[in-house]
Amino acid sequence: MTQSSVDLPPKGGFSFDLCKRNDMLTQKGLKAPSFLKTGTTIVGLIFKDGVILGADTRATEGPIVADKNCEKIHYMAPNIYCCGAGTAADTEAVTDMVSSQLRLHRYQTGRDSRVITALTLLKKHLFNYQGHVSAALVLGGVDITGPHLHTIYPHGSTDTLPFATMGSGSLAAMSVFEAKYKEGLTRDEGIKLVAEAICSGIFNDLGSGSNVDICVITKGHKEYLRNYMEPNPRTYVSSKGYSFTKKTEVLLTKITPLSERVEIVEVAGEAMEE
Amino acid sequence: MDLNLDAPHSMGTTIIGVTYNGGVVLGADSRTSTGMYVANRASDKITQLTDNVYVCRSGSAADSQVVSDYVRYFLHQHTIQLGQPATVKVSANLIRMLAYNNKQNMLQTGLIVGGWDKYEGGKIYGIPLGGTVVEQPFAIGGSGSSYLYGFFDQAWKENMTKEEAEQLVVKAVSLAIARDGASGGVVRTVIINSEGVTRNFYPGDKLQLWHEELEPQNSLLDILNAAGPEPMAM
Repeated sequence: MTQSSVDLPPKGGFSFDLCKRNDMLTQKGLKAPSFLKTGTTIVGLIFKDGVILGADTRATEGPIVADKNCEKIHYMAPNIYCCGAGTAADTEAVTDMVSSQLRLHRYQTGRDSRVITALTLLKKHLFNYQGHVSAALVLGGVDITGPHLHTIYPHGSTDTLPFATMGSGSLAAMSVFEAKYKEGLTRDEGIKLVAEAICSGIFNDLGSGSNVDICVITKGHKEYLRNYMEPNPRTYVSSKGYSFTKKTEVLLTKITPLSERVEIVEVAGEAMEE
Repeated sequence: MDLNLDAPHSMGTTIIGVTYNGGVVLGADSRTSTGMYVANRASDKITQLTDNVYVCRSGSAADSQVVSDYVRYFLHQHTIQLGQPATVKVSANLIRMLAYNNKQNMLQTGLIVGGWDKYEGGKIYGIPLGGTVVEQPFAIGGSGSSYLYGFFDQAWKENMTKEEAEQLVVKAVSLAIARDGASGGVVRTVIINSEGVTRNFYPGDKLQLWHEELEPQNSLLDILNAAGPEPMAM
C-alpha cells in the first residue's frame, strides 16, 4: 500500500480523539474555554401572495444574553426586509449601508427597489471582505417581478430558495420546514409555519431564544409583526417591585417625557418642477 | 459533529460537459455544502453567460458566482461591441483570465464552459483550479469527478446523438452522486445546439439505483408513522 498524504474529509458522527487530552489538561489546571456562539434563528418562506420572514430576538455575548428583545429583521426598502445572523454590528452596518444605497438608487431611477438589486449590493460588499464581515442574511421582498427570497453567506455566495433558514438554529428550523412546507401556502398557514420554525430554534438551540418576530410582505403592502409570539414570559415578578435603600434621597417623583417639550412642525415643501 | 456553520460555502459537486454531434450537453448535481451541512439541496450550478454559452461551477460558491457574474458582464459588453453573439472560445478565455490572474488572491473555483457558436459548433473548455484552459471533447470536474474518470474512458465515444449524450451525462452524474458524499440532490442538464437551449431536470428519486443503494423514501415520518409491531402481552 503506497503511503500518500491525502486530506480525508471529516467523518460525520462524534470524534472522541481529544477527550483524553482535554482530561489531562484540566487535571493539570487549565480552564476549559467558554462556549462562544453567534446565536440566532432566522427564516424566510415564499407563500401564495408574497414572502414571510421570521426571527428570534436573542442577542448573545458569549454565554450571556446581552439583549433579550433585539430586532433582527432589518428594513431595506418599503418592499424589502432582511433578517441578519452573525456578528450583530456587521449585520446592522451592512443592512443600513445597503438600505441607504437602495434609497439613493430609488431617487435616481424613480422606481421601486428590486430584491435582486439589494442582493447584488450585499453580495459584492461581503465578497470584497472575503468573509471577515460576518453577516449571514435572509433577504426577502416583493417587487415588480414578483416575490423573491435569497440567502447570503458571509463569503458572498447567494442562494435563491422557496424556503430558507440561517444562524445557529438553522438546522432546527430547517427540519420543521422540510417536514411541513408546501407550495401555495395561505398567509395564516405561512405565519404559523414560520412561527413554528422559529420556536423550534428558540427551544432547541442555546444561541436563540425569547420572542418571535414576523414580517409579512405582499404586493404593495407589508406587515411588521414585532413580538408576534412571546413564548418565554418572565414567570416570577416580585410584587414589591424595586425597593431603594432607606438612605436614598428622593428629589423628584414626576417624570416628564421629553417629547412633550419638543414641537414638531411639518413644513410643506414646494412641488418639484419637471 | 463536524458541523461548522461558519465554513465557507462550497459546492462539493459533480460537473460534466460533453460534446455531441451538433452541440454540447452540460450536467451537474445540486448540492451546496457548508462544512457537513447541506446548505442548499437544489442549487443550480449551470449558469448562463450568454444566450449560447453556459458554465458549470464548482469549488467555492462565492468565488464561482462572482467570476461568472463578471464574465457575463464582460461578454455582454463584448457582444454589443462585436455586433454578433460571442464565441465559446472567447467566453472560456475571459474566465481563464480571471482565474489565472487571481491565483494569488486564493480564488478557488473549477469551471467547465460549454456552448455553441456558428464558427466552431459545440465546444467544451475545462478551466481547473490553476487557471489553465483546455479544449476537450468532454470534461469532468468537482469532487465527484474522481469517480468518473474510468467510467468515461470506457463509455465515451465520438459523434453521439443528442439523446445518447444526455443519457450519458445523467448516468454519470447519478453514479458520482451515489459514491461522493459532497454531491447529491437532483441532476440538472443543459443542452445547447444551433436550435437553442434546453434545460432538463431529473429529481433524485427518478434516477437509477446503483449497487446497494436504497429506494428513496418520501420522508422519515412515513417510516415512523408506519404501523409498529403488536405490543407484547404479559
